[in-house]
Amino acid sequence: MAQSWVPFEWIVAIRFLREGRLQTWFILTGVAIGVGVIVFMSALLAGLQSNFIARVLSAQAHIQLLPPREVTRPLRPAQDATQVVSSIIQPPLQRLKSIDQWPSVVSQIHAMPDVQVVSPVVTGSALAVRGSASRAISVTGVEPDDYFNIVKLPEKIVHGRARLTGQDMLIGLELASDLGVDVGDKLRLTNAVGVETTLTVSGVFDLGNKGANQRSTYVPLRVAQSLLGLPGGVTSIEVTVRDVYAAEVIAQRISAATGVEADSWIKTGAQFFAAVSAQTMANTAIRFFVGLSVAFGIASVLVVSVVQKSREIGILRAMGITRGQVLRVFLLQGGLMGLGGAVLGCLVGALGLVLWQKLALNADGTPLFPLVLDPQLFAVALGLATLTGLAAAYAPALRAARLNPVEAIRG
Amino acid sequence: MAEPVVQLRGVRKAFNVGTGIETEVLHGIDLALNRGDFCAVMGPSGSGKSTLLNIIGLLDRPTSGSLVLAGQETTTLGDQELTRLRGHHIGFVFQYHHLITAFTALENVMMPMLGAKGFADAAMRERAEGLLDSVGLMPWKNNLASNMSGGQQQRVALARALAMNPALLLADEPTGNLDSKSADAVFALLRRFNREQGTTVLLVTHNAEMARLCDKTIQVVDGRIQT
Repeated sequence: MAQSWVPFEWIVAIRFLREGRLQTWFILTGVAIGVGVIVFMSALLAGLQSNFIARVLSAQAHIQLLPPREVTRPLRPAQDATQVVSSIIQPPLQRLKSIDQWPSVVSQIHAMPDVQVVSPVVTGSALAVRGSASRAISVTGVEPDDYFNIVKLPEKIVHGRARLTGQDMLIGLELASDLGVDVGDKLRLTNAVGVETTLTVSGVFDLGNKGANQRSTYVPLRVAQSLLGLPGGVTSIEVTVRDVYAAEVIAQRISAATGVEADSWIKTGAQFFAAVSAQTMANTAIRFFVGLSVAFGIASVLVVSVVQKSREIGILRAMGITRGQVLRVFLLQGGLMGLGGAVLGCLVGALGLVLWQKLALNADGTPLFPLVLDPQLFAVALGLATLTGLAAAYAPALRAARLNPVEAIRG
Repeated sequence: MAEPVVQLRGVRKAFNVGTGIETEVLHGIDLALNRGDFCAVMGPSGSGKSTLLNIIGLLDRPTSGSLVLAGQETTTLGDQELTRLRGHHIGFVFQYHHLITAFTALENVMMPMLGAKGFADAAMRERAEGLLDSVGLMPWKNNLASNMSGGQQQRVALARALAMNPALLLADEPTGNLDSKSADAVFALLRRFNREQGTTVLLVTHNAEMARLCDKTIQVVDGRIQT
């Protein structure tokens, strides 16, 4: 007790905790388990979610600009707008249509902040024919320099190269085997009205999805334009942005600036987002209840401690120790239990995460997904656990402070 | 004559006030203790001795009457002021020594000073060592309170009661739980502090022989002082 900078309340609180050795260790362990679970789960979930999002976004743009859809309006005579000539309305056909003035739209988007890559795309369907075999395919015409920054096709190539010049085409693994072609072979593509073109397979890719591998093909933009009857046009403009979570805001800004409909991945992937937010909610609920049980644990230990120490509290009061000082002694004990348990819990949680990363591996020995040990997570865990301890200690501390010294000393 | 250290006028104390089982244990006590008094309180069990001591020690409040301690009327004070007054002017020694078991002998003696000041300092430590020395326990100063004999613990409690240099020392059967040798030692210490420091001592005891060694004896019977 020679250190003069330690206040009276701290000295007594720490001594009381040290004296109740077993009790203190039990509650510290309890708090540590609770905090460890929260830290482990939160980091796991954050890693899982960012990994999900990274995977989802490796195969699609963050924002897609589309031409306006065609709609039907009831036919009304010019002189009387309340009268309807024809009331049976068929939904209109959605012809393949180009985005109006797309080069200027592209340069407009390019100039916007936060935008990374802008890539015009033509998509449509065609028939791939080889000998007597044919398959319906989806043709995506791209400018490889830009587009490969959005969908990392070069990483998915299994044979050949991701080259799209002249009359090159990239096809999926399943389509290649269905049609019996490989790198260097030629394929004839026919559109619905019989326009034909012959392309050379320069690469075979694997998107990790059998259906997609059967249908998807990539060709140079110009080839797709002529094959699909859209010379000089594009059917969509794909955009990536720096902050993927800001995609919806940026999409709305693009829409407002260019007048072209822009959908973000957040809007089109609403289901995915619902799943992510359901996970987050479940995690929050678990955190809340673990926190609650930690609080009750601390409170019950302190209630017992107040009963055990009531005689000593009475003596302290007889010595001139104020109610406020007694209150603070017990509040501090709660806070220290929370903080101490959380320090241990953070260690346990971090250890668990390191082990998880070592043990939960892909077949090739790489971690299932990268985990990030976010210092902020630990700081928040320590802070919240301390506050929880203080809050839990309040009722017992108040009880200690209100003890009648005469009765407490008599015992 | 100088102002009394403590003065009680018409102090009554009733328990369970306002209920059907209201019982008055003190019926109008008048008492004055002067500086340097060494006074024994005797009386049968249940006569109200301990209640009187608790009221004088500001641990309990009288139901009516006046209590002046160190020149200050205490019955109108709030808990905060009473606690401060108690800490600075009154030392307690109880029958069951009541040390704080998580602390050493020295730290127990420092405790009242520490509580009043908020932080430990060297002067505090020196004073506590001096007090422990005067009760002959310097060699045990770093013993945990729980590792000492009853007589030793009571001497630590006595040193602790004197830590704030109180004007009034209240001892509730301080030797009631000790063998005669330890009891004599504790009583001798009380007597010595009374003579050397002029500390007013009020000693509740059942021991008539011990009471005879005091300067004055008060008999409490059925909540009244008999002279």
